[in-house]
Amino acid sequence: MKKCYLGIDVGSVSTNIAVMDHEKNILDTLYIRTQGKPVQAIKNGLQEMKNRVGNNVEIMGVGTTGSGRQLAGIMVGADAVKNEITAHGVAALNYVPDVRTIIEIGGQDSKIILLRDGIIYDFAMNTVCAAGTGSFLDRQAERLGIPIEEFGTMALQSKAPVRIAGRCAVFAESDMIHKQQLGHNQEDIINGLCEAMARNYLNNLGKGKEITAPVIFQGGVAANIGIRKAFERLLGCEICVPQYANVMGAVGACLLAKEEVARKGKTDFLGFEIAQSEYQVKSFECEHCPNLCEVVQFHRDSSLVARWGDKCGRWNNLKDYRDEKLA
Amino acid sequence: MKITFPHMGSTHIGIKCLFDELGVETVIPPKISKKTLEIGTKYAPELICLPLKITLGNYIESIERGADTIVVTGSCGPCRYGYYSEVQKEILKDLGHDVEMVVLEAPHGNIPEFLKRVHKISNTKNPLKIAKSLKNAAKVLKRLNEIEAQMLQLRPHEMNKGDFDQVYKQLIKNLENSCGAKEMLINIEGAFKHIIGIPLKRKEDALKVGIVGEIYTVIEDAANVDIGKKLNDMGVEVYKSHSASEWLTENIFYRSIGLTSEQKIEEASDPYMKTLIGGHAKETIGHTVLYSERGFDGVIQVLPFTCMPEIVSMSILPRVQQDHNIPVLSLIIDELTGEAGYLTRVEAYIDLLRNRRESKKDEKMLSRH
Repeated sequence: MKKCYLGIDVGSVSTNIAVMDHEKNILDTLYIRTQGKPVQAIKNGLQEMKNRVGNNVEIMGVGTTGSGRQLAGIMVGADAVKNEITAHGVAALNYVPDVRTIIEIGGQDSKIILLRDGIIYDFAMNTVCAAGTGSFLDRQAERLGIPIEEFGTMALQSKAPVRIAGRCAVFAESDMIHKQQLGHNQEDIINGLCEAMARNYLNNLGKGKEITAPVIFQGGVAANIGIRKAFERLLGCEICVPQYANVMGAVGACLLAKEEVARKGKTDFLGFEIAQSEYQVKSFECEHCPNLCEVVQFHRDSSLVARWGDKCGRWNNLKDYRDEKLA
Repeated sequence: MKITFPHMGSTHIGIKCLFDELGVETVIPPKISKKTLEIGTKYAPELICLPLKITLGNYIESIERGADTIVVTGSCGPCRYGYYSEVQKEILKDLGHDVEMVVLEAPHGNIPEFLKRVHKISNTKNPLKIAKSLKNAAKVLKRLNEIEAQMLQLRPHEMNKGDFDQVYKQLIKNLENSCGAKEMLINIEGAFKHIIGIPLKRKEDALKVGIVGEIYTVIEDAANVDIGKKLNDMGVEVYKSHSASEWLTENIFYRSIGLTSEQKIEEASDPYMKTLIGGHAKETIGHTVLYSERGFDGVIQVLPFTCMPEIVSMSILPRVQQDHNIPVLSLIIDELTGEAGYLTRVEAYIDLLRNRRESKKDEKMLSRH
């Protein structure tokens, strides 16, 4: 049995799981689509992971990150529940200790993280606008009828530049249709889209930030070689895409879990078996004040394990379900 | 006459006290809730800044409870706040609410007009009585703001989570049911004694973070995702750069005699912004500089979406951050009720501050050996 750590990154588009051993080697990773059902995605992911490595490893600690980190944390009994910015920073530092800039583009948001002397020094995050995120590329690939996996390599075949407005997803789309109607090559248009996205990222998140090498590119979009090349042209330096670029958040969660378990000496991991448990979410509207908070009650196998969603703490601070467990 | 006014933090206690002293009946608007915001958003212009929407909601909810006169301070300052009362007056008229809006300002320096407005709501023309009531109310507000400031600094150290919240919640409830300065001050002093008795467990390495930005968003916790409490829960001491009582003494007292108590803040911001551009843009920069000089770990700027003065200071803050080596996080607040995005940023920011603190400590250790 190998002693391992489990990292789970529940994002808007994908749910990623990584298994890391004590020497920080990654044993296995998993990338599945969340499809708006994080509970199901986590269950499927854990089941799959159990089938792959479950018999050979002993989980010493588990960490969760991403926008669904609280939910995932309650489901699996996480030792570390951390925001995705810290998780990505920690993971990148592990692979490139002198990294100074991290470009991270995920499904619903994109981030820039600046590091100096091995610590996170500054960051910015974009969530309000879809331009410059993976979902936008996904949608355009769908429009063009090209699998997203081939998007990047097609961009590299471009011979003539086509400029597409990248400021706003709506403008970009109409600009792209216009260029199509003018008869431009598909490769050139795809390349134009990649450049528009990189430009938008740098103008938006990179504004006023000092972007210096070594630069690491991670997140789901890092798999797109077209975007990577566009960044290299715009920044004038080489960009490194680490081996586990698409699951770096999960890798970071492993590292954070390892650190946390070393500090507290034990894990709260509930075991891979929870993939077999039934999870149920019931919500109700609290009528105690005009805020009318939508309170979520989370049940595992019909016993209540957590509540959240209220502003005042009336419900999520209620610890009666813990007492229930004791009794 | 039943007077109402907008909410801004606990300012309603001070205003209630003032009118209690003058013997005028008041209607305190219900606590700001999702409903308040919903009402405000429904009737306010779409692109206006958040405080107008919330205060409009306050007025309408108060009118439903019988208020017929709205008292609000005016400002001819070059920010949209100067137009708030005029716009809101028109909106309320269109909705068919028959209320009077008294704007406390001297239009174009017209002092007789200002006094006329004061007399309209003060139930007396005796300047001594008005001055005395104002002084008493200012004292209540000052002491109350002092409790709040203390709480933001001590709450991360409390031994039993929730002690401070309980005292404060009870205090506000008592104050809302009290009448006049004397009764209110007894309550406040009582709460001070309670607070001293709260058992603390000092965390020696607690981070210190200053909150700067637009005054309404800094003071009103319903408009800043309750940032003070969130930071306290993460074990961070919080210092707010604005309080209602300071604003009151600054505007009513110092400025009227041609002075300012904020000389230091203005000087600190001079290298970055030479002139007043409206709102509290200059103060935001000045406070950031001063906080860094006081050894704070970080500064968080909060501003409503589309706030012009704060957008200007937001674009200057990266330079202040570089010159003074203090990380600044800007949070733009709008009607969004989902807090996940803010939490992620704040959490990551606090991680960043902790790591910086650690690495500084390591440097010190190394240089000692």
